[in-house]
Amino acid sequence: MLKRFTTDFTVAGIENIDADYILLKLQHPDKLPEINAGQFAEVRIPDTAKTFLRRPISIEDVDYENNTISLLIKMIGNGTRLLGSLRRGDSVNLVYPLGNGFSIEKAGSRPLLIGGGVGIAPMMYLGRKLLENGAQPEFLFGARNAGGLLLLSEFEKLGRVNVTTEDGSVGTRGFVTNHKVLTDSISSYTSLLVCGPTPMMKAVAALAKAAGVSCEVSLENKMACGIGVCLCCVTDTTEGHKCVCSDGPVFDIKQLKW
Amino acid sequence: MVDLSVNLNGLKLKNPVMTASGTFGYGYEYDDFIDVSSLGGIIVKGTTLKPREGNPYPRLAETPQGMINAVGLQNKGVDYFCKNINPKLLKYQTNVLVNVSGSSVEDYMATAERINELDNIPAIELNISCPNVKEGGMAFGTDCTSAANVVAAVRKVYKKHLMVKLSPNVTNIAEIAKAVEAAGADSVSLINTLLGMAIDAERRRPLISTVTGGLSGAAVKPIALRMVWQVHKAVGIPVVGLGGIMCATDAIEFMLAGASAVQIGTANFIDPTVTVKVVDGIKDYLERHNIGSVNELVGGLLE
Repeated sequence: MLKRFTTDFTVAGIENIDADYILLKLQHPDKLPEINAGQFAEVRIPDTAKTFLRRPISIEDVDYENNTISLLIKMIGNGTRLLGSLRRGDSVNLVYPLGNGFSIEKAGSRPLLIGGGVGIAPMMYLGRKLLENGAQPEFLFGARNAGGLLLLSEFEKLGRVNVTTEDGSVGTRGFVTNHKVLTDSISSYTSLLVCGPTPMMKAVAALAKAAGVSCEVSLENKMACGIGVCLCCVTDTTEGHKCVCSDGPVFDIKQLKW
Repeated sequence: MVDLSVNLNGLKLKNPVMTASGTFGYGYEYDDFIDVSSLGGIIVKGTTLKPREGNPYPRLAETPQGMINAVGLQNKGVDYFCKNINPKLLKYQTNVLVNVSGSSVEDYMATAERINELDNIPAIELNISCPNVKEGGMAFGTDCTSAANVVAAVRKVYKKHLMVKLSPNVTNIAEIAKAVEAAGADSVSLINTLLGMAIDAERRRPLISTVTGGLSGAAVKPIALRMVWQVHKAVGIPVVGLGGIMCATDAIEFMLAGASAVQIGTANFIDPTVTVKVVDGIKDYLERHNIGSVNELVGGLLE
């Protein structure tokens, strides 16, 4: 397991991606530690009448040159909305890097990275890591409509990007499982690496299982500690309850009782 | 130079700060963040005779200044603890206590007997107050007779320091404390979590799988302080105070109310270094107030 830290970062940038999403860039004065793709940070939230615990947020990207971590945050609750009100120069405390991350070696030469909603967050750093390792990553993103597809031009720099929208406004109409890369050519990929809503991940897992393609999913259970001590975020696995925060968040679908 | 050391009825702590069971794993989860050996003691996860899978997900709800959990004593059982976990705890130069739970008096006895064999474990914390298990747990700790019975039974087989963790979900906690003292407890710790509930109004559903669960965090501190104060006046054995301690000032308040030592629980989730900050903060307080020993704080409330 990589060494974990609790430390203050400074907000170096906050970008409103659309009405619901922000991309928070956090800078540290010192060199960043090694971080795996798919790991997350527990972000300290200002103490208010409605917020008490940290919020687990995927690490979207890491810039080692500028000691900067990016977090893609969907503002859906009291805590994440408070993060949306941060300003450049503010201090933010993180406990990081947490969890296991995706298996870069096991992913093979032609992995398909599948994201839905805020589940696209870990795919940027993952794509970059896979490229560095000599693989050719390809992406598949699903959203309700064109507005829900985020950071596409950034992803296109890393590999081919396929999209689906439920309203058909762009890409294939329907869910990611309706896209031809999954319906017609799933076997051409060496692995599927997935992060998104549970029904989406379960549907992809079913296709992967049927086609015999290796598949890892990143779960997003509600958690308190982030380090495997409170045992609140468990998921049912073939070996009993396991903590999503410390045994995951990435699981091979063979481990899960899906 | 202030003296932070505490003697809990024979159990010697280098300072009064311990960690609450279920919030600190087995200690080593915190090795990246703090020097665990610098604490007065750690109390590891609730351990039962047989492995337990605990309750289904979801087990957690955030509530105003607190959280509700319904973990349900998930653990791999006492044999696994002795064989696979305890060897990793030998490195700690501090008191490692095991929190012992069960669903029958026989379970408690058998588990305590196994822990008694471990040379590096100087004490157990008998958990007669877990609100998240269907059988046993809190049922033992909400009635004077059943509390005394389980403590007396464990007292027969457990030869070292016996701390008993009390439930706040009772009408008169001082009476329960007196009953466990008479049955042979060496100290009492309080409070375990308060039985609580959280609802998602939009979905008209409970937020945790078991509907009710244990409330902890800053929200419970005033109740915990009051109970520590009541129990301190009622018993002669040391009281270990816990419930919503977030900083050194909170810990000092517990000691003024009558706690000889404290445990820090939920705050570890918010700041994994909080325990060492509390130790430093207590030291600062003593220096600022020109108090030579932390023991002088115990029950030092001016009424």
